[in-house]
Amino acid sequence: MENINVIINGVEVSVPKGSTILEAARIANIDIPTLCFLKDINAIGACRICVVEAQEKRGDALGPKRIVASCVYPVTEGMVITTNSPAVIDSRKKTLQLILSTHEKKCLSCVRADNCELQKLCYDLGIEDEDYYAGDKPVYDLDTSAAHMVRDNNKCILCRRCVAVCEANQGVGVIGANERGFATNVSSAFEMGLGETSCISCGQCIVNCPVGAIYEKDNTTAVIEAIADPDKYVIVQTAPAVRAALGEDFGMPIGTNVEGKMVAALRKLGFNNVFDTDFAADLTIMEEATEFLGRVQNGGKLPMITSCSPGWIKYCEHYFPEMTENLSSCKSPMQMFGAVAKTYYAEKIGVDPKNIVVVAVMPCTAKKFEIGRDDMAAAGVPDVDISITTRELARMIKRAGIKFTELADEKFDEPLGISTGAAVIFGASGGVMEAALRTAVWKLTGENADAPIEFTEVRGMDGIKEASYTVNGMEIKLAVVSGTANAEKLLNKVKAGEADYHFIEVMGCPGGCVNGGGQPHQPASVRNFTDVRAKRAEALYAIDAANSVRRSHENPAIKSIYDEFFGEPNSHKAHEVLHTTYVKRGLYNNK
Amino acid sequence: MGSKKKAAPFNGTPEQEKQLKEVIASLKDEQGCLMPIMQKAQDIYGYLPIEVQTMIAEETGIPLEKIYGVATFYAQFSLYPKGKYRISVCLGTACYVKGAGDLYEKLIEKLGIQGGECTADGKFSLEACRCIGACGLAPVLTVNEDVYGRLTPDMLDDILAKYN
Repeated sequence: MENINVIINGVEVSVPKGSTILEAARIANIDIPTLCFLKDINAIGACRICVVEAQEKRGDALGPKRIVASCVYPVTEGMVITTNSPAVIDSRKKTLQLILSTHEKKCLSCVRADNCELQKLCYDLGIEDEDYYAGDKPVYDLDTSAAHMVRDNNKCILCRRCVAVCEANQGVGVIGANERGFATNVSSAFEMGLGETSCISCGQCIVNCPVGAIYEKDNTTAVIEAIADPDKYVIVQTAPAVRAALGEDFGMPIGTNVEGKMVAALRKLGFNNVFDTDFAADLTIMEEATEFLGRVQNGGKLPMITSCSPGWIKYCEHYFPEMTENLSSCKSPMQMFGAVAKTYYAEKIGVDPKNIVVVAVMPCTAKKFEIGRDDMAAAGVPDVDISITTRELARMIKRAGIKFTELADEKFDEPLGISTGAAVIFGASGGVMEAALRTAVWKLTGENADAPIEFTEVRGMDGIKEASYTVNGMEIKLAVVSGTANAEKLLNKVKAGEADYHFIEVMGCPGGCVNGGGQPHQPASVRNFTDVRAKRAEALYAIDAANSVRRSHENPAIKSIYDEFFGEPNSHKAHEVLHTTYVKRGLYNNK
Repeated sequence: MGSKKKAAPFNGTPEQEKQLKEVIASLKDEQGCLMPIMQKAQDIYGYLPIEVQTMIAEETGIPLEKIYGVATFYAQFSLYPKGKYRISVCLGTACYVKGAGDLYEKLIEKLGIQGGECTADGKFSLEACRCIGACGLAPVLTVNEDVYGRLTPDMLDDILAKYN
């Protein structure tokens, strides 16, 4: 790639042509603070925190010094850039103080108190008077209408990161900037509550919010109360992606696998059993691979589309209601786990399912919606009682005074804590597909133990991945997408007859559950230069590679549950307990 | 702010809907079609209630929120129908210093609507306007074509009574 030379803070550097000033400065080891800018999501140059002074070449001379937004301003040959002059610092401070003039500064009780990007900017820039421009302050009601989250516009700084991710990356667009000038506010059409809109509960707005204006509904108190209730038998399950990210909230490097410490911490919190959603991921593969082969052999509805991601499911129900028959009827692993815990396991331990509380720790906010869906009560009581995010678990651990980083690794309880390498990769985009292929290809090749295990074509952070495999004379065409805007593109191709896939994996969040709406916050300063998703996914693939059992059907606990309880995959009993139904919601039914 | 606004009942006709759908069909493949569609929709219906914005959303595939964002950004778009009697209070400089702001606030209170809105019975709508060239009579308001000047808030009841 062609390089050009620029001078940044007096030092000449060579940077790729087309770089923004922000990127060029990074190459020169200089950080420029940002607020509204988020790589691949929001590049509108609106907040003016990232301003620098730049002079461009005009012939042989230098043009005038101009204050420009470095996040979107491209470098030119010979440009002279100053990132820290008094004028620059003064401009940034004024901008910040103006933002603060309408920001509700309840920092002590704010959910983002320990990782607020606005607060960090104030500290870094040395804001001495946060009330410098104090004046009129609009007052907004909290929006608590959605099952999974709260929007507090009193803390919103109008950076529009949530708006951008909702519309561009998720293809949803249920929040946006309304009104103008001082009255501008982020909300839904006609001031509807988010719960009345076609919001898919993915929570991408939450993980992209720099402040405490959007946050999940906190259910940690309900968990603590259940544990304290002597009449309740409290079981916890943890999703694959949680172990790849939880450590971040304790200062550990991105991509650290903290499975053992997480299990130890959950045990210290007092759960009766510490189990693994991974077990149910293996179970999902048994049911889903069987369902898929059945559809192929019996002329069922194709392409079949995975149903693990509740954000994706809600998206499909709202935006592609005509395609809900394409969805696998399998419950998500979280729901399967709850259903098994309250039927098979309840019988085993002789506890009335009414007295069992299943708590799910998820990288996801849509799970809070999913637990309340119809047809999710195999034992006549909800399969899962409480779903908390990775962030909420981190808060519980901190509040309990558990020294997380110093815990010795512990193992999950048996039998619902036993899982294979195929299960843990569910947390990354492509993982469900690869896990299904491991079992399906083994089966189609006459139960050949030497059948391939790794299907690397479906791995990686690309939004749309395609692959095709010929197994035993049968061609299987696959697609893997993540981020619902990519699902929209792909499904439109399928609808138009331009693609004839047999099997599609869709994950609601870009990159899959590792980047779920319930995962720890990473600030823009990290995300603009590091693919957090890829690092977390690497941790999961490493766990898979280290496991001696890497196909779901080889899980001994799975073999037992079919022998003792379900008979065989897709049996009548399996359908009753492990499968579900969908709703054709459509888009604007609230008119 | 942030509260759900009161809406007058929607009385759109099948003819209006047909007209709107024709407009959308003729424009929707052009880039930047949203504003012209909204302008035409307002010509057809007189305002852009949720029913009309939803039709635009369904026909164009543009999210309803995006349409609403545009509708609330530009003063040319109205979410509310005009009343049978359109009350317009001049908030130009001369009227303002003579107390037009108090008149406006009093009308908001009496009619139970905000500026730009219409009462649920469709009778009165309220808006603020700039100088209408009757500064000698300040403060001034108009009800349709009738002009009332040298007003004080206690005179408003008599004016409203004329139209009730």
